[in-house]
Amino acid sequence: MAIYVDKNTRLLVQGITGQAGAFHTKACKEYGTQVVGGVTPGKGGETFEGTPIFNSVKEAIKNTGANATMIYVPAAFAADAIVEAADAGIQTIVCITEGIPPLDMIAVKEYLKTTDSVLIGPNCPGVITPGQCKIGIMPGYIHKPGNIGVVSRSGTLTYEAVHQLTQRGIGQSTCVGIGGDPVQGEAFIDVLKRFNQDPETHAVIMIGEIGGSAEEAAADWIKSHMKKPVVGFIGGQTAPPGKRMGHAGAIISGGSGKASDKIAALEKAGVLVSLSPASLGETMERALKNR
Amino acid sequence: MKIHEYQAKELFRKYQIPVPNGKAAFSVDEAIAVAKSLSEKGPWVVKAQIHAGGRGKGGGVKVAKTMDEVTQYAKSILGMNLVTIQTGPEGKVVQRLLVEDGAQIAKEYYVAITLDRAVSRLCIMASPEGGMDIEEVAAKTPERIFKQWVHPTLGLRDFQTRTLASQMGFTGPAAKQFQDILKKLVRLYMENDGTLVEVNPLIQSKDGSLMALDAKVDFDENGMFRHPSFQELRDLNEEDPSETAAKKFDLSYISLDGNIGCMVNGAGLAMATMDIIKLEGGSPANFLDVGGGATEEKVKEAFKIILQDSKVKAILVNIFGGIMKCDVIAKGIMGAARELKLTVPLVVRLEGTNVQQGKELLEKSGLKIITATGMKEAAQKAVAAAEAH
Repeated sequence: MAIYVDKNTRLLVQGITGQAGAFHTKACKEYGTQVVGGVTPGKGGETFEGTPIFNSVKEAIKNTGANATMIYVPAAFAADAIVEAADAGIQTIVCITEGIPPLDMIAVKEYLKTTDSVLIGPNCPGVITPGQCKIGIMPGYIHKPGNIGVVSRSGTLTYEAVHQLTQRGIGQSTCVGIGGDPVQGEAFIDVLKRFNQDPETHAVIMIGEIGGSAEEAAADWIKSHMKKPVVGFIGGQTAPPGKRMGHAGAIISGGSGKASDKIAALEKAGVLVSLSPASLGETMERALKNR
Repeated sequence: MKIHEYQAKELFRKYQIPVPNGKAAFSVDEAIAVAKSLSEKGPWVVKAQIHAGGRGKGGGVKVAKTMDEVTQYAKSILGMNLVTIQTGPEGKVVQRLLVEDGAQIAKEYYVAITLDRAVSRLCIMASPEGGMDIEEVAAKTPERIFKQWVHPTLGLRDFQTRTLASQMGFTGPAAKQFQDILKKLVRLYMENDGTLVEVNPLIQSKDGSLMALDAKVDFDENGMFRHPSFQELRDLNEEDPSETAAKKFDLSYISLDGNIGCMVNGAGLAMATMDIIKLEGGSPANFLDVGGGATEEKVKEAFKIILQDSKVKAILVNIFGGIMKCDVIAKGIMGAARELKLTVPLVVRLEGTNVQQGKELLEKSGLKIITATGMKEAAQKAVAAAEAH
């Protein structure tokens, strides 16, 4: 067991012929992900390094039995690509694309409520179940199969956390990058719920950052529901208000979204918060010992 | 993306949201000409145009009762270094004015529209406590701020605007006008990819009619591909030149007050790097994300931008090369260090693909590069180097 994806996941790539899409499709295949098809409107019938290309997601599902998709479509068209995937019945939609206007995502999110599809991202590194299936841009080799769930708003900071775990011999069940945008699909709580129910996951690392109130909401949920130890980190403890720190969602505005509030909320919920990003692995080691 | 009040008011006019008559002026003569075109005997309001709030308290907004006063205020405000709660202590030099008709204020209100991330919907906030610092109202009397959320497909409904109007205490024609203004503000936000539309204050005149006395509109950078003409509204004088230069190379740069320049790949790791520098007793000079696919050229540009800041006493490079290979990054760093004749100490922490090759390249380069393993060691070495330099 794992969450979202496993060795049976059959993956489509929307935007497979673009530069980023092509590059990461190869890396996912090399990792062992079953990439069963690609979608590029107008290129149906062609192949990309042995993978068949279709004109639409619907057509691709009919021919390949795909149940997940990875989206690299440019920002102006990505919202449409998500809706197309959900409309065709794809279960797990992972949107890597950065820069989708939040106004577009508001409508997409409302639509997704009427479907059974789950969206991870946009503007995220993707999701990986080590040793089974990698969907996204994360470097596969730093991961190790195991029992720690990782959920994060950031990309490279997640790699940092995973690396620290792997170096200590601690493997991961599934690592989920939910992305750095203000309007996103799966939120911390959605992922935590799944980790809570997943027998393969024994503890969780949650990496948040400044902006919004998702960490506070997650803290509330953890306090009353989480049965497993959680280690936390909040990026941007030293960020000044009013400045957007790279991610569209990482901004302290109107006195809300501060790291200190998030850390306080998490600690109150029993989360072991590591103040240093270099101590995530160490903190998890401690959490596992005290379990 | 931020725009000036006078530009926001032009947009309001397009949506038939009432604003005072007025026009921008770039010189004292222009200010006088605008005032004359508005009325014979005033009063007029002379307003500094900078991308920051709190202008009134900082002395950037004056009511002129005579043409002499228009001249006097235009002279004193144009070119002044305006310090407000939002500009920081360094302030901003005023280069543009808005001259408009004075208004007869009976009561002030507050209206704003922004994205409520918790529910992924637009939120309308309105308060009868207008004209004040709204954050203060939110902190002291949160019950005086009323909210309604816009459904993504149903839009803003009549019952919602009716509710807000009655919460503001409006009746009769004023209530109708308020409802109409709310709908237009939401349309303006959605049709122009806003991230914030704020009217503070919205005033009721003595004759009972409503008018937006101030106007603030921020646009979503991600939505700007739909509005190419908005680039003309950009005022580069209002933007940090380093941040603008960084954007050109697709780098995300924010200048800060410290003395350790940072170059990191990924926004989350870049923030975490700032944090660990602080934890180790130092202070970051910037946030800089070179992105996931940094090339040799990007690395070089990043160094140039960091070095433009004379406060920088040491540079910390923290790269987690996942997709990028560490040896390639090492070459980029070496090239930049040689070409830019780097004199400040450089601490490099590389991790990821081909990390050994990368480290060897740096060590054999003959350049004074301090290598580090792990974020903590890197931060400690950078703090020590900055102190010693």
